[in-house]
Amino acid sequence: MTSQQPAKPGHPLKTILAHRLAWPVIALAALLLLNQLFRPDFLALRMQDGHLYGSLIDIMRNGAPTILIALGMTLVIATRGIDLSVGAVVAIAGAGSCAYIAASPEPGSPATALTAVLIAVVAGLAVGAWNGFLVSTIGVQPIIATLVLMTAGRGIAQLITGGQIISVSNDNYKAIGAGYVFTLPVSILITAAVFALAAVLTRRTALGTLIEAVGINPVASRLAGLRSRNIVWIVYVFSAVCAAFAGLMISSNVTAADANNAGLYIEMDAILAVVIGGTSLAGGRYTLTGTVVGAFIIQTLTTTVYTLGIPPEVTLVFKALVVITVCLLQAPKARKVFARLKTNAQSAAMEPAKEKVAL
Amino acid sequence: MNEIVPVVEMTDISIGFPGVKALDGVGFRLFQGEVHALMGENGAGKSTLIKALTGVYTIDSGTITVLGETKRFAAPAESQAAGISTVYQEVNLCPNLTVEENVLLGREPRRLGAIDWKAVRTRTREVLAELHLEHVDPGSLLSSHSIAVQQLIAIARSVEVNAKVLILDEPTSSLDAGEVAQLFGVIRQLRDRGVAILFVSHFLEQVYEISDRMTVLRNGKLVGEYLTRDLSRMSLISKMIGKELEALAELDEAPARTRARSGDGIPFLETQGLGRKGSVANVDVSIHPGEVLGLAGLLGAGRTEIARLLFGADKADEGLIRIKGSEQKIRSPRAAIDQRIAFCSEDRKKEGLIGDLSVRDNLVLAMQASRGWARRIPRRTQDELVAEYIEALDIRPANPDALIRNLSGGNQQKVLLARWLVTHPELLILDEPTRGIDIGAKTQIQKLVNRLAAEGMSVLFISSELEEVLRVSDRVAVIKDRAKVAEINNDGVSVEDVMAVIAGGTQ
Repeated sequence: MTSQQPAKPGHPLKTILAHRLAWPVIALAALLLLNQLFRPDFLALRMQDGHLYGSLIDIMRNGAPTILIALGMTLVIATRGIDLSVGAVVAIAGAGSCAYIAASPEPGSPATALTAVLIAVVAGLAVGAWNGFLVSTIGVQPIIATLVLMTAGRGIAQLITGGQIISVSNDNYKAIGAGYVFTLPVSILITAAVFALAAVLTRRTALGTLIEAVGINPVASRLAGLRSRNIVWIVYVFSAVCAAFAGLMISSNVTAADANNAGLYIEMDAILAVVIGGTSLAGGRYTLTGTVVGAFIIQTLTTTVYTLGIPPEVTLVFKALVVITVCLLQAPKARKVFARLKTNAQSAAMEPAKEKVAL
Repeated sequence: MNEIVPVVEMTDISIGFPGVKALDGVGFRLFQGEVHALMGENGAGKSTLIKALTGVYTIDSGTITVLGETKRFAAPAESQAAGISTVYQEVNLCPNLTVEENVLLGREPRRLGAIDWKAVRTRTREVLAELHLEHVDPGSLLSSHSIAVQQLIAIARSVEVNAKVLILDEPTSSLDAGEVAQLFGVIRQLRDRGVAILFVSHFLEQVYEISDRMTVLRNGKLVGEYLTRDLSRMSLISKMIGKELEALAELDEAPARTRARSGDGIPFLETQGLGRKGSVANVDVSIHPGEVLGLAGLLGAGRTEIARLLFGADKADEGLIRIKGSEQKIRSPRAAIDQRIAFCSEDRKKEGLIGDLSVRDNLVLAMQASRGWARRIPRRTQDELVAEYIEALDIRPANPDALIRNLSGGNQQKVLLARWLVTHPELLILDEPTRGIDIGAKTQIQKLVNRLAAEGMSVLFISSELEEVLRVSDRVAVIKDRAKVAEINNDGVSVEDVMAVIAGGTQ
């Protein structure tokens, strides 16, 4: 169908542009440069009280929950699935851990914080297992299966918090979202660790290839003896656990659990990050690095809006324009148009030469 | 019988798709009060012709006349308005509506703008009575009836519109014998009333039972139009597969290898009464180690269905499978692979290739799947395996990292073969392994089959080329009308003999 010509080893720039991460990286660089133009100290980093500060650090720290969730989402999407429940998982995880801390006899102790983290992770495991069960065993369409908890999950979170915003004060717990280790925010370190773990887990084992096989051709995968059920299960569990960590970060950062607003619409940002990063919603080949770049683009956009002083009422339109542009640049049809323009330009340049020969 | 104007006359019809000429100058006539069978193997152009007549496809060239009037159908609705009704294999009605709603859907009698349900019921009763379907309650849900009755109701719908032409596309494929008899009763009744009926079926015996005349297509071209009573089954088959009898007889019969003797020892695989409703019935086959069993039969006879049952791709609902003498339930491909069975599907693209993955990933996929995701095959082992098979099977380009979808059909097929060979199966099922690949690759694959059998592997070899089946097989099971009709020891058997068996029915 779309038989792609193998890229000819020619101009190095061409080879770079043919890389699947080329456009997302260019878009990110362009956004950062734009900011730098308007605020000359934008890219600067400085040390203060032994902590690194700067806009780049802010982008990474604020983007950490989205990146985490987008990583899980990438693997789910690679199997032709989608996970809409991640925002609700953020709320459940935050609610569960904060409710525990608030109710515990020693709300400030490290042990309490640790148990709170465990509670969030277990909640993530449970939600992921449920989603995986619905999709792989029952065969419910992923969008419907995860829609169940997208809506019901917030209800569960509200039950846990009793409809209130639960505030906690536990320094250890607060460190997850707002603390620093080795001069860097803890949330960045956690995200980096999860990224490394996901990369190792999928590329050092055969999981990544099998996920792609199931996503590209489920029928052929079944006939080759793949137990796609297990694989689908794993990706939904991974996605929900990522969301649980994101929930910990968000609630820890504000030291409170808000069942209504924590992680609201974060599933959309995560899906967007995956798509901008170059993983097709149709499943198959995925790129975790691309997803991280995609999430950075989204977060940088938000920052750019403030830097440029774009009025709040056009903010969403501005975001939409950037996202549409990046997505269009990656679309096979747009690529074809570019290729045609290029060959046209070339043949136009060739035309006079031909005439000369003919004369 | 002269001077009769055909109800439908199609002349010089051509339809092309990118890269394929689906119909090439085909003519077709359909007369009032006849049952006309359209014959040909899968891909011969039967469906395309029907779709041209029903307005699903627009024709590139040629003319269609209906009752002497030239028509250009741009949409199915136009064909229906011209009096052509179609009943497809999978019933195109609304299962969640009642029988009467279906029969009169879109043409409900009205009174003062509202549907006159009383008239709907009366009209439906009349139509059903005409077809001797009085036992069907017009108010019952369509889905509460069997497929056979649903099909009859679909026919009732076309009777209601007073169709001049009724097209039945594989109407009997999911019916049992009694239901077929009932359907044929209705068909005859309509024929006697003057309806022109176009009948398509893979079941030869049914075609001979019901049809008056037949038109044979092959590779998008018209072979000819014949009276059913004048055309023997034998000549029909040779016209469908395109080999003249004399030419077939001249084929040299030199066997490609010394045949393994079967019948001794425990077979690797044995089935008893294996079947699946709507697919195949009552299949008994056995394959010994080191033996090549060929499955011969026309396309659509049920060969692939048998292979899928053996591999667990479809679940059998009757009969049993024994592996090395002990009964085994094979409920999934996974289970079959655990019994060391491998299956190369005929549909490479849909059921074999993982197009966006590399040759390497595709080649080790089945082996990796058996090991589970956690135990990745070490890169070095992968490299060794891939290099070994690229060389042994002469896979080109010899680049493990090439995406498999960029390879030619023959090389894709070799990679898929290699995918199974690395798992060291004891039974290799090959469904049309040489279809659509060039002659060089074809011979290589045939030679490979010989070598594997000589090394002790059992092979089930399915091909629509009878010569090929006879060249590689020790025994040939003949499949016809979704059942095994005969088994032949391949010693000096000619293509003609096999065709005689296919034509003759049970032996």
